Amino acid sequence: MLLVLIVFLPLIGGAIVAGWRHASAGWVAVASNAAVLGLGVWTSVRVVSDGPLSGAAGVLRADALSGFMVIVIGTIAVLASWVGIRTMAVEVAAGRCSPGRVVSYRILVQAFIATMLLAVLAANVGVLWVAVEATTVVTTFLVGHRRTKGALEASWKYIVICSVGIALAFFGTVLVYLCALHDGGRSANALDWTSLMAHAHHLDPSVMRLGFALLVLGYGTKVGLAPMHSWLPDAHSQAPAPISALMSGVLLTVAFYAILRFKAVADVALGPEFSRTLLVTVALLSLALAASLLLTQRDYKRMLAYHSIEHMGLIALGAAAGVPLAIAAVLLHILGHGLAKSVLFLTSGEIMLVEGTSQIDGVHALLARRPVLGGMFGVGLVALLGIPPFSLFSSELLMVRAEFQVGLGWAAVAAVIAMVVIFVAVVSHARHMLIGSTNTTEALAPPPKWVTAPLVSGLVVCGLIGVFAWPLSSLLEAAAHVISP
Amino acid sequence: MSGSFASTLTLASGTVLVCAVAVLWVSSMRSVVRIVAVQGIALGLVAMDLGIHAHDAGLIATAVVELAVKGVVIPVFLGRAGSGSALDREGSPLVNVPASLVASAGLILLAFAAARGVATFVGTTAGALVPVGVATMLVGYFVLVARRRPLFQMVGLLLVDNGVALVAFLCTAGVPFLIELGISLDVLLGVVVLMVLAQRLRSEFGTLSLDELKELHD
Repeated sequence: MLLVLIVFLPLIGGAIVAGWRHASAGWVAVASNAAVLGLGVWTSVRVVSDGPLSGAAGVLRADALSGFMVIVIGTIAVLASWVGIRTMAVEVAAGRCSPGRVVSYRILVQAFIATMLLAVLAANVGVLWVAVEATTVVTTFLVGHRRTKGALEASWKYIVICSVGIALAFFGTVLVYLCALHDGGRSANALDWTSLMAHAHHLDPSVMRLGFALLVLGYGTKVGLAPMHSWLPDAHSQAPAPISALMSGVLLTVAFYAILRFKAVADVALGPEFSRTLLVTVALLSLALAASLLLTQRDYKRMLAYHSIEHMGLIALGAAAGVPLAIAAVLLHILGHGLAKSVLFLTSGEIMLVEGTSQIDGVHALLARRPVLGGMFGVGLVALLGIPPFSLFSSELLMVRAEFQVGLGWAAVAAVIAMVVIFVAVVSHARHMLIGSTNTTEALAPPPKWVTAPLVSGLVVCGLIGVFAWPLSSLLEAAAHVISP
Repeated sequence: MSGSFASTLTLASGTVLVCAVAVLWVSSMRSVVRIVAVQGIALGLVAMDLGIHAHDAGLIATAVVELAVKGVVIPVFLGRAGSGSALDREGSPLVNVPASLVASAGLILLAFAAARGVATFVGTTAGALVPVGVATMLVGYFVLVARRRPLFQMVGLLLVDNGVALVAFLCTAGVPFLIELGISLDVLLGVVVLMVLAQRLRSEFGTLSLDELKELHD
């Protein structure tokens, strides 16, 4: 019942938004997402103390990993829907969007959040696939919300490339199912994670190898890992800021969650070497690509998008190491990256609003002219670049340590080199945008306090979990053992 | 009895692949819609044949859903989107028809080489046909990259989808019915979204050629 409620809460919020066409209906959506976050915390506490929960006649299941992912989704959903109220109000005031389209936007956002929750709470790989495919379907119109040429092109690319990827993932899923049927005979729950894990020892290695490779390629497309990343910079730069925040902050990692789960099965069936080789390859490719394209980036939203590709590469490399320490660090990184990146996308939405351009060259001396916005953007970048005290520093450190432990030191060194290049590139872009003097003394109004409050809190939380990991440590440890027993 | 089971299965699976190749041959949207409908029906028959042979009620229900969604609903949608516009002809594809057919022959050989392992592993009459499904997928990918009109690209996606569905039927007699329903719903909604987008692209860019899409780059 609890799990069903978690999946349906955002939809209930969406239904109220659809029925009650009042100016403050957006807050209902925020409240429903906050309730998801609350229930996510409650579920996690129960799962850590009493073991996995199941619901909806065995269709849904929550273990520590699912509980953690619900918390991540809930957090980013609250941030994005909160600031989304402002984004939509401005769009309507500027005449770019009718009130009716605001309603459909909110309904789609709530449906988007519900599909992600279904993906992480799915008890079986088929439902997971259906949920991930559904995220593509519901987000396409959100990416194209502004209906400019660029937005339409981005949404077309997005749905075509992701559908191709997800078809590969289905092929992979069928092959895993084939292995499971050969081992256990036809049974209703052969596709359940628990049953797959229990039979993993007997799954046929040659078919499983092909299946897992297809799954990494397929779900990897949605994660934005190179070489299947080409939709990501376009979609993230064209979508409205709250959508970019949700996509970059959680959708990518929800797709990575699928890879993590299948990796657990594949590691038992094939030994860790196969998944390690595969993940290290795509991780290093992604890092190299992000580094080379960030150097010449001229658009700050695209800069953030390539930065996501970098972080997905880091997460994939951490997962390749595979020991419990590495998986815990990967999960902490998922949360830290989600917080920092969504705050940055939401802030960049505000910057674009007041400056009227997304070109790096078009924005300068932000710290002097607009201290609040400039400050948030700067601090967000500091968090994202992995500077202490923010949690990305600790998670990156832990991942590198784990990689050295399992003999992936060379890959860790390569990753650090890419990170240094990216650091230099991003700092030089940011310096251009933030530092400088201005001779105009006009007072520029900062964004309203109710918009800055959630953004600043997001950064504060990101800093706090970097210093005090204790509220999360038992959850992270339990979740890491789900993947790496 | 089992002889007719095997020959029906082979015939229907073969039809799915022939339809995929035929998409490369024709240039008018109206013919493409007919081909897609035939392919959807052939796919439904594969499921039906397997379901009847195995006395599997879930699989027969799946077959009915497939026939309805892929044989009727999607072709009707496609027909509406593509009707009455000369713009929807694939006038100058990136790869011309003879070259496309040679390429698809190559892809089919590749599929047979690549999927042989899986086919042996499955080990049934149906399993031996798995390479046909993989070949359909690959031809679908080829349509996707070699054709420039959005509606043709959409058909490419459908071919990929039908190819994977065929592989699923042949390998594992499909997935459980509940999941199959979810998949069909996703595919249907995906087609609707793609069609609305294609319409918006047409009104924004005038023609429906994807060559115009060059706004976004680094």
